[in-house]
Amino acid sequence: MIAGSNLEKVINSGKFVVSGELGPPKGSDITQLKHHAEEMKDHVDAYNITDNQTAIVRTSSIACGSTLVQMGLEPIIQITVRDRNRICIQSDVLGAQALGIKNILCLSGDHQNFGNEPASKGVYDIDSMQLLKGLKDMRDENCFIGGDELESPSSYYLGAVANPFADPFEYRVDRLEKKIKAGASFIQTQCIFDIERFEKWMEMVRARGLHKKVAIMGGVTPIKSLGAARYMKNNVSGITIPDSLIERIKGAEKKKVEGLNVCVETIQRLQEIEGVAGVHIMAIAWEEVVPEIVERAGLYPRPKL
Amino acid sequence: MIIAERKPLEEIAAMAAPYERICVLGCNTCVGVCMAGGEKEAEETAALLRIHRKRENQGGVVEVFSLERQCEYEFIDQVLEKLKNYDQIVSLACGVGVQTMIEHVPSLRVVPGLNTTSMGYPTEQGVWAERCVGCGNCVLHLTMGVCPITRCCKSILNGPCGGSAEGKCEISDDIDCAWHLIHERLSAFGRISDLEEIQPPKDWSSSHHGGPRTSVREDVRIDSGE
Ligand code: SF4
Repeated sequence: MIAGSNLEKVINSGKFVVSGELGPPKGSDITQLKHHAEEMKDHVDAYNITDNQTAIVRTSSIACGSTLVQMGLEPIIQITVRDRNRICIQSDVLGAQALGIKNILCLSGDHQNFGNEPASKGVYDIDSMQLLKGLKDMRDENCFIGGDELESPSSYYLGAVANPFADPFEYRVDRLEKKIKAGASFIQTQCIFDIERFEKWMEMVRARGLHKKVAIMGGVTPIKSLGAARYMKNNVSGITIPDSLIERIKGAEKKKVEGLNVCVETIQRLQEIEGVAGVHIMAIAWEEVVPEIVERAGLYPRPKL
Repeated sequence: MIIAERKPLEEIAAMAAPYERICVLGCNTCVGVCMAGGEKEAEETAALLRIHRKRENQGGVVEVFSLERQCEYEFIDQVLEKLKNYDQIVSLACGVGVQTMIEHVPSLRVVPGLNTTSMGYPTEQGVWAERCVGCGNCVLHLTMGVCPITRCCKSILNGPCGGSAEGKCEISDDIDCAWHLIHERLSAFGRISDLEEIQPPKDWSSSHHGGPRTSVREDVRIDSGE
């Protein structure tokens, strides 16, 4: 056991792990976020809290994470390298621990160009790989990136993201391996709509035995409407949606129902793929469907460990 | 070379508006080659400025000439007496030229007529692409000659990131993913395993983040005490 978080315990138990996602609001009133957290609390093992997702200014992920901790729930705070340099990131990670946060997900973050402050200066002092390695060393070697020693030990469970749909495809498994080496204990993937490509990637992952070294959680997002699908296909970086899926939604009488069906089917298929340890459900702006998805996918009740 | 673009005429005209004797001063080296601030562009800018001032009923004169380089004292000295005749000099040099002029002759009033954009080269006629940000610690040997600090939108050292798609960067289909290019070249040269190594955080203190940089070569300095 590294940090003793619920996420880590479920992963170690070998049960199919489920995480949800909460997006902080563009204002300091987080009532809604707390409400969504309550709504799915029996259906997920932990919640990702996004860090100024798509480079849009929002309440900080650590502040929301701390609120979840106070509610007795388990956050996975996201940390991107876009907005903070190594001084600030390391300081925030110490602060997050002081607030009882035990899971950290490291990522680069969408470029500031995408958000509501496109004139801002992107930081990118370190990259996501260096972030992982830096946080691993803070925990395991008790030293900061610059080499100075910490005054008290650190403890957190570290994760990273992987995008099997990005290019060059053959590099994507190399990159996963590198992230494991850098310190990732769990991996959440980009939303899976092209399950064939995901399966191909998993085959390559298994061929190198990487699924035994890291817990891979497949990312899913329920499609709410045809417009949402098209929007993601064209505007969200790193997502690919096959035309056949767009057609399926288009042809369906009840788009929302079909979107949920696709999501549930994807999770069921993920459970059958060797080496997939769990699912990460990203239902931003449609949080209320998470319990239904989890139940229909046969993942309810969640283990109490 | 240094690449620049001319500022919009309105902006130049506004800077010159309060003055009577204006000089548009071209620079024939880098910005001459990238067709932003050489002799020809200086003539053109001066002509446009004259028309603009006439239309606005502003009097005075707008004269024009060019230097080989505004970033070296000896070239500035060649025309120094002439320059002193003007209330304002619109420099069509890069930002270095503007500053060299005022540091050498503090009494001159010099304003920039260009926006200096980058260091790069013409990839085709009329297109100049940035290739170096002057980070002070070159990594091109690690990346097969493709600079990730300059050409990757996140300046990452362990790429490509998850936004790379079909050779393009996540921020625009018009921008090649630098790490895709690096990956391609490493593969072609049988060095793909280089990517297995985690490149450590970069020491940015050699870049502008460490403060303005000055290079000193003691061996070629002229001892002014003698
Ligand atoms: S897509 Fe390529 S160039 Fe763009 S940020 Fe990612 S690695 Fe850098």
